This record gives sequence, C-alpha cells and structure tokens, in this order.
Amino acid sequence: MFDDRYTLAYKLYPYEKSADQDLDAPVRHPVVVVGGGPVGVATALDLGQQGIPVLVLDDHEGVGMGSRAICFSKRCLEVADRYGCGTPMVEKGVTWNLGKVFHRDHKVFEFNLLPEDGHKYPAFINLQQPYFESFMIERLRALQAEGAPIQLRGKNRVDAIEVKDDHVVLTVMTPDGPYTVEADWLVASDGASSPLRDKLGLGFTGKVFRDSFLIADIRMKGDVDFPTERWFWFEPSHGEGASMLLHRQPDNVWRVDFQIGWDVDRKEELKEENIRRRLDAFLQGVEYDMVWSSIYTFQCKRMERFRHGRVFFAGDAAHQVSPFGARGANSGMQDVDNLGWKLGLVIQGKAPEALLDSYSDERVHGADENILNSTRSTDFITPKSEISKIFRDAVLALSDTHDFARPFVNSGRLSVPCYYDGLPLNGADDLPGGPARARPGAPCPDVPLGDGFLIDRLGARKGATFQILAIDAEVPERVSAQGLDLEVVKVSAADAPLVGERYLGAASSAVYLIRPDQHVAARWEAWDEQAVAQALGRAIGLDMGKEL
Amino acid sequence: MGHLNTSRNVARADDVYQMLIDAHEGKTKDESDAFNARLILTLMNHIGDEAVIAEALAVAEG
Repeated sequence: MFDDRYTLAYKLYPYEKSADQDLDAPVRHPVVVVGGGPVGVATALDLGQQGIPVLVLDDHEGVGMGSRAICFSKRCLEVADRYGCGTPMVEKGVTWNLGKVFHRDHKVFEFNLLPEDGHKYPAFINLQQPYFESFMIERLRALQAEGAPIQLRGKNRVDAIEVKDDHVVLTVMTPDGPYTVEADWLVASDGASSPLRDKLGLGFTGKVFRDSFLIADIRMKGDVDFPTERWFWFEPSHGEGASMLLHRQPDNVWRVDFQIGWDVDRKEELKEENIRRRLDAFLQGVEYDMVWSSIYTFQCKRMERFRHGRVFFAGDAAHQVSPFGARGANSGMQDVDNLGWKLGLVIQGKAPEALLDSYSDERVHGADENILNSTRSTDFITPKSEISKIFRDAVLALSDTHDFARPFVNSGRLSVPCYYDGLPLNGADDLPGGPARARPGAPCPDVPLGDGFLIDRLGARKGATFQILAIDAEVPERVSAQGLDLEVVKVSAADAPLVGERYLGAASSAVYLIRPDQHVAARWEAWDEQAVAQALGRAIGLDMGKEL
Repeated sequence: MGHLNTSRNVARADDVYQMLIDAHEGKTKDESDAFNARLILTLMNHIGDEAVIAEALAVAEG
C-alpha cells in the first residue's frame, strides 16, 4: 500500500501521525507544498522565514539516494544564502569556475564562468544532491526550533486533489490510512512526472531527445591528478561513448557521463562489468569503487502556465530541461525565490492576488531561456539530423586548429541568473549611464563591502521586505509606501570601488528599488518619493492586468 | 547593421567558380558534405554580421 519508489540516502522525517488525522473536519492550512525535494523544502524555508504557516507533504521519509543533480550555480547559492543555508553548501562543495572541451584528444574550447572577482559565491559548486537537500532540511529544523510555522510530514502521499475557487482539498494517504487536508494555496513541487499535474489534466509539452546517457559516479582510490574543472569530450579517443563528461564532487567522487545512443539494453548497460569496461577504457589502470549509476534520457518541456488559480507548479513539475547546462535544480530554486515573497504579500493582504500571475510570467520567461539553451546544447551534442551532424562535426574539425570556430562548440551553456527583461513588474530605468547588468529585472550583482558582501545585505531574510539601495544619494532614514515599510541600505562608492562599476556606471549617484528576491525593480539617479511609490506599486502587482 | 551584397562582386567569376569545383575533386560525397560545412562556417565567421547572414540564408532559400 505504501512502498517507497526509491531508496533513501538519509531518513530525515520519519512518518508521525499528525493531529490533523484524528479530527472530524479537515484542517485548513494557508499553504500546502506537495513534494519534499529541494524545491518543496526551499518553499518551506522561504515562507517559514516570513512567518507564513506552511505544510510540506512528501510521500517518502527523507532524501533520496544517488548524486543526481551535482552542479549548483552562483544564483542558486545566493537564494540558499537568503534561506540561511548557503554557507555549509559551499564549505562541503567543490568550487569550480573553469570548463574545458576536448575533441578526441585536443582541447578545443575553454570557458571561465566567473571571470571577475568580488562575489561571495563562486560560479558553481559541485555537491551531491543528498547533501544539498540535507543542508536545507537542517536549516528547516533550525527555523522550526526558532518557532517558524513549518511542518514537514513524511509518508504523506496526495492521492486526490479537488480545486475550488478559493481553496484546494487534498486526500492524503498515510500508513494510518487517508485523511483530508485543505489549503488556501497549493505549491506542486512533485517532480518531472508530477502526479498532481496529471491529476489536474494539465499539459506538459516539448521535445524528447533520442539518446541515452550512462552516469557512473565513482570514488577514486589513491591520488588522481584530474583538476577541479568540467571536462567534456566529443568523440573521446578511447571510443566509449559519443561524448563523455568528467566532473569532480566532494568525498573524492567523480561523475563520469557517457553518451551511449538511443537503442540500448538498459539492464545490460547497467551491469557493473559493462560500466567498468567503459570506465577502464578511459581510466586505464586507476583503481576506483562504484558509488552510483543510472541511465537517463531527457526532454525539454514545460507547462503553458505555472499558476492555475490556487495551484502553483514549481521546479521540474513545471519545466524540464536536459542536464547539459545545470538548469534543472538551479531554475527550481529561482522559481521559489520568485514565488515566496509574492505569496507572502498576498496572504498578508499587502498585495493584490494578480501579483501571483507575475510568478508565471517571470518564471515561464526563465524556463523558456533554459529550454532554448538546453535544446541548442542537446542538438549539438546529439545532432538530430544528418546535416546537423555534418555541421557539428565541421565545427569540431575546424576548432582543432582555428580559434574562430571554438565559440560554436556547445557542450552545455551553464546556468546563468534570469533577467526579467520587459516583464510587467519592472519599473522605471531612470539612471542615465547606469550599467546594463543592474537594469530593472536583473538580479543584483554582488560586490565586496567591508568584511562581507553586498549580497549579504540585500533581499528579504525575514518578511517579504522591499529595500531602497542608496548609493551616494540622499534618502530618508525611514521609507513607507503602498502600505509597506521598506528597508534602507546605504552604500558609498568611495568605500567600495566595485559598487561604482556594477551599480553606478557613468552616474555619480543612484537609488535602486530592490525586490525581496534581490532583483532590481527600478532605479533612479536621485530620491523621488512619488516615483518610488509608483514603482513599488507596480512591483507588487497594482498595475497587473491593466493596459501598460 | 550590415547589408548583404547581392550585386556582382566576383571579378573573375569563371576562375573562382572553378576553384570551388576543383576543391571537391576526388572527394567522396561525405567528404564533400563535410568540406562544404567547414567552408560555410568559415565564410560565416568572416561575415560576422548576424543580419547579413540572415539575408544570405534567405537568398539561399530561393
């Protein structure tokens, strides 16, 4: 009746009977999150920090086994930092910025994902997904201990959903039998095969790619001298796989990924002797233990909209991409980053419900960018037609000797933060000479500040608070507008030169309106109370649905 | 934004055309396909301008 679908790495939230189960009438919760993966738990952290009661239902009792997602991006870590768990991730993770691409035995391309200094977080860390999830659950326990209204229930599987105009009714199965839960708002973060999406009959459309990849995570014995970089081979000279990826993880574990073709016998390929045959061809004499292996195929798909009335879809449940580019878990974290404060403001009656539509607008924009990049990489790695293969091979052949061809080499364009360009919440861009990287819609660029970093002082860590970032500009000590109290952060370019480069450009002063998710809402050269109030109104959705 | 030159631009048309044909001499179909792809990529890089390349693609479309 209640079998696990996968093996657990850590049993972190064993089933306990909750008081809800013994009551005659269903209990109504402000927010129920379905799915206790990284996206679901992050949602709980975001809302819990705001003091919004949130209930997470997961059909397992902990974190699943297997490295799975391993590359966590700078933006994802900045989101985790806002939730209070970025530091342990970086401490445990393997930091890397550099990628190298080989064709046979020649290096044909190299990229540095963070070619500049002055950021708290690196371009990427590699960290096995069970660690990533465990750090978030540790943080969730710490918040609970501080009194945050978060509940996490293991072995609570949603078997039925009924969506009403102003709430959702869930039938939840447990080892003690079923019970009913009601939610004002529901966040579905139940993974790529989202049972909730199916139950609601919602579509999930896109492309399926005809190739399979064999992942082998291995622990090297003794000293190995592979650097901490992402190495990718097209047509590796040892002949195992049409392409191959090598990537380091903590605990001396390495991810090796072979492209093995579409028509493969999965059971046969997953036999240890066959995996070892491929690995030995590459590693030639190095001793290793097998840690985890899996075969995956992939698709690039998304839902048409991520909000359906009272129900939000987030993470893989809403959109799926190929793993090339590390755009899965990293975009899921950005979904939560975007949804958390909006839901918080609406639940507290501080913003209109229409604000919630902007979650779909902004994150569909993000998903499309990820799908575009991921699809292009995948088409290069596994060309889908004869002519596409001819051009791909021509690029690789030229890139052996000609630098001009190297930018065409595409082994995955790695996850970069999303800029919400041209979307309805953005306000004025009234800072002549202001740097494009900090335009409205952009995530705030980090800069070193005193002993720390600017990013430490930006974004909401408790309530869904907007901020005024004043750079060498006169602003009031206290700012209130549209019924909200704003936080004022004052910085001088004299103390931190990079503030000038990343926030002022040619301007000599600036006033930025910053959203709770650290994205820029609007910017001006000087303080203007009315303009700030207008931009704040727009950023909390007062203009949503009106003609722009 | 550039503009694709579609007026006559190759002075010795017969000679240049012959260079192209000669380059394929002795190649199999697969070798010629690969050669053409490398040639297109090389010329595309020389042009550089996205708008000009888009115009050239439209001309090739016929």
